[in-house]
Amino acid sequence: MGRSCAGPSCGRDLACGRGVTFHADDQQDAPSPRLDGEIQATLSTVFREEAGKLVGALVRLLGNFEMAEEIVQDALLVALERWPIEGVPQRPGAWLLTVARRRAIDYIRRDARYRDKLALLERPVVPEPDDRLRLMFTCCHPALSRETQVILTLRAVCGFTTAQIAHAFLASESAISKRLVRARQKIVQAGIPYRVPREEDLDERLNEVLTVLYLMFNEGYLASTGSVPTHRDLAEDAVWLVAFVARLYPREPEVLGLLALMRLHLARVDARFDGEGKLILLPNQDRSRWNQQMITEAGRLIEQAAALGHPGPYQIQAALVACHAEAVSWQATDWPQILALYDLLLSMIPSPVIRLNRAVALRYMAGPAIALSEVEALEHDLEAYHLFHAIRGAFLLELGCSEQAQAAEMRALTLTGNQAEQSLLHQRILALNYER
Amino acid sequence: MKYLLLFCATQEDLAAWRALPEEARAQTRVRSAQWIAEHRAQIRSNNGLHLPHTVTSVHVGAGGQPLVTDGPFLEGTEVIGGYAEIEVADLDEALQLAGSWADHAPGHRVVEIWPVVEG
Repeated sequence: MGRSCAGPSCGRDLACGRGVTFHADDQQDAPSPRLDGEIQATLSTVFREEAGKLVGALVRLLGNFEMAEEIVQDALLVALERWPIEGVPQRPGAWLLTVARRRAIDYIRRDARYRDKLALLERPVVPEPDDRLRLMFTCCHPALSRETQVILTLRAVCGFTTAQIAHAFLASESAISKRLVRARQKIVQAGIPYRVPREEDLDERLNEVLTVLYLMFNEGYLASTGSVPTHRDLAEDAVWLVAFVARLYPREPEVLGLLALMRLHLARVDARFDGEGKLILLPNQDRSRWNQQMITEAGRLIEQAAALGHPGPYQIQAALVACHAEAVSWQATDWPQILALYDLLLSMIPSPVIRLNRAVALRYMAGPAIALSEVEALEHDLEAYHLFHAIRGAFLLELGCSEQAQAAEMRALTLTGNQAEQSLLHQRILALNYER
Repeated sequence: MKYLLLFCATQEDLAAWRALPEEARAQTRVRSAQWIAEHRAQIRSNNGLHLPHTVTSVHVGAGGQPLVTDGPFLEGTEVIGGYAEIEVADLDEALQLAGSWADHAPGHRVVEIWPVVEG
């Protein structure tokens, strides 16, 4: 991995994976021959449901993140080995807890420093409702790098194995495992607390959690081809966690906003790809394939958030996506509304990526020449961003500058790591050659 | 938990500091002293350090012989201007303390928080 990730717009820089297999030794994309789709789906659901609760309960009891996380990971690996053969137990959470407790007792017997904790484990371990939340705040602590926050959340809160994380980020298992070891050491040695932040820090720390979950979502969403049920989906876990946070903080409008934003993206995920896994852009998508129920629900979330009276970037982004999702056709898109929302967003986050997206909306109101000049003003900031070149190329093409357009598209192609996006750009370049 | 706070500055910060009139420097020193007094309960010890050109490094040379060189071992344009040893509940409390420094002594832009190895 090694690529750094510092801002909200660089989710795609984290890595470009394609979901995660349950194959411990498999770095390929091929479906696993050993586990069928059904049991994989069950395992994902159970791990997501149980891992964070277990890690959280053990951190609370043992006071040591490193040990708790390792114990639960061991228990998950035992389940991965045995459940496909023996079947998933009736109460998988209780099963994992029993294995984890036994491991914990083994650990403690080996380490004199924890003797006094033994008594705690001999009583039944009862997860507390806040365990998982505290764990999330620990994993998303601002003293950890963005990448580490994402990896730790996947591992400790969602129960991903090292192999699954490595697969999701196209990194080697040893690289991920080294990062995890260091992260766990930092939490313990630097004294990162395991608790819900104080009231005055809550907004900032909650925002940290949301950023991590949105990155996680984007990683899954952008890398997905819409049809890989055999892989564990980061986007799905991210939405699940945001929904969990929303249940705990129903009066935090940005949490609701992010949940709406993610649901709006997911509502349209099936229409993003053709049968061969090629990306279809918004104007060409078959809108009848969008999930109308999810779109309506997201609209309700946006209204609920707006009623709380504190607009924020996630709420505005959700409203922006809703403009597209609620339009019956590309032609019916409400561009003035979209432009107004971009202006509002820019007043909160003056980011060049947002200005780039605003330029696309501007194109439909003021034409390609004005939009192009807006885009070109961003060259200094966005030279290394593939969509800058892709969008610039599209405007140039409209204005009849096909040679410049092709150069821009080529530049975009060399900059993107995502295969589906690459193949779309490739098609465009071929089309350009054909036109000439 | 115990931490060592290192108060860091760049060479440019130092130059700017030296260019200040003595009165302004005195005011900043007073504010630093105030900050330390306010946080006496958490600060175990603290000191300012002289400038890097006054530092001497002792290296273990060939054959275990000490080798003395002029200047700091850690090169770079950043300078440690002072340190404080603190004892607080956890990193959040250390972060809060380090954050509150920003209002008091603009000369040091960065406070590094080093966890101390404890028994």
